[in-house]
Amino acid sequence: MDFAGAYSPDHLKFLLDGFFVTLKVAIISIIASFVIAAFVGIIRYTKIPILSQIFAVIVEIVRNLPLLLIIFFTFFALPEIGIEMSIEMAAIVALTIFESSMISEIIRSGLNSIEKGQIEAGRSSGLTYTQTLWHIVLPQALRRMVPPIVSQFISLLKDTSLAVVIALPELMHNAQVINAQNVNFIIPIFILAAFMYWAVNYTLSIIARKLELKTS
Amino acid sequence: MPDFSILTENWDMYIKGFFITIYTSLIGLIGSFILGTILAIFRIAPFKPFNWIGTIYIEFFRNIPLLIIAFFLFTALPTINMQLDGFQAGTLALIIYTSAFIAEAIRAGILSIPKGQTEAARSSGLTYTQTMRYIILPQAIKIVIPPLGNQFINLVKNSSILTILAAGDLMYQADLISTRTFVTFDVYIFVAIFYLVITIPLSTGVNYLEKRLARSN
Repeated sequence: MDFAGAYSPDHLKFLLDGFFVTLKVAIISIIASFVIAAFVGIIRYTKIPILSQIFAVIVEIVRNLPLLLIIFFTFFALPEIGIEMSIEMAAIVALTIFESSMISEIIRSGLNSIEKGQIEAGRSSGLTYTQTLWHIVLPQALRRMVPPIVSQFISLLKDTSLAVVIALPELMHNAQVINAQNVNFIIPIFILAAFMYWAVNYTLSIIARKLELKTS
Repeated sequence: MPDFSILTENWDMYIKGFFITIYTSLIGLIGSFILGTILAIFRIAPFKPFNWIGTIYIEFFRNIPLLIIAFFLFTALPTINMQLDGFQAGTLALIIYTSAFIAEAIRAGILSIPKGQTEAARSSGLTYTQTMRYIILPQAIKIVIPPLGNQFINLVKNSSILTILAAGDLMYQADLISTRTFVTFDVYIFVAIFYLVITIPLSTGVNYLEKRLARSN
């Protein structure tokens, strides 16, 4: 084991570069997922016919597939039907497809957790259905959704490492590149990479727990 | 329409991968259930150092990617003369990772049984083991089964990392088939169906149990 050699300034910079790619891909994906998931979740909550059934089937399928399969599929199979994208784009698209199905379930159950009586009260005091959703249901549901969404973001950060299979230059990939130079680097580099993931995720998990206590 | 000859001509490979995926998931489930139970007991044991060990384990492994554990076992251990093959390293990584989540589920299940029940059982003459066996565990298990089911679904999905270690699971077979036939789209569609054959019944079952549990409370 060669800790000094493994933790040379060049290597540290290379790992940090990788970590920024991890964060960037994860943040773009979570934002995109949230937007799509909000759309899907609200349509499923309001039970718009046909559309909501179609979304239910898609969500159920995507949720039950390995993310690795979706990444492979996006990068290797889609070009066969003429949809080609860069490595980073493929990673973002695959993560977004997977996460938006997960988050849409969080949003749907968040909305469902608001008692029906509130909607009835809102409607009978003269608000339209949309107004009731916007002013009464959404603000309350949103507060309950935040902790599970933060937890989902932790999963997303961890799952970004799977993009190593399509050679996205994120933390896991860069760690592997350094490891390929010298076997004595492998253990020190993995320890450091694990610590980087851990530090961010642990902080996020504490935030999620604090928020959970606050909302319950 | 997908080309079904891909499926029929490579049926043996798909089935081989299918069974390797189920096999590793089952070993993973049993292993992580045992390790998870031990960790859960560590966390609630009335002995502080055990609590710390349990907490450190859970908080560490829950917050790092499964892949880094798998790579560590597969590529770092040989440098200190411990050689694991892809299947062993992948399955062990699944156990190490999943047990952290299962431990939390089991702990929550045991803690959800009111303390009064233990006290009542103990004062009516049952031993501690009897109390656990007849009073606490039967109730806790009911609460723990749905999250355990969810973890099993995750295990099946996560077992796809065995592909990266070339351990012959479903995804790996799909990879082999697609490099041999130069077809990727259809090959992956079929492999997706194989995964869904395992995971959809499981998630339907978990949903059913969750609803029944919610009603019985």
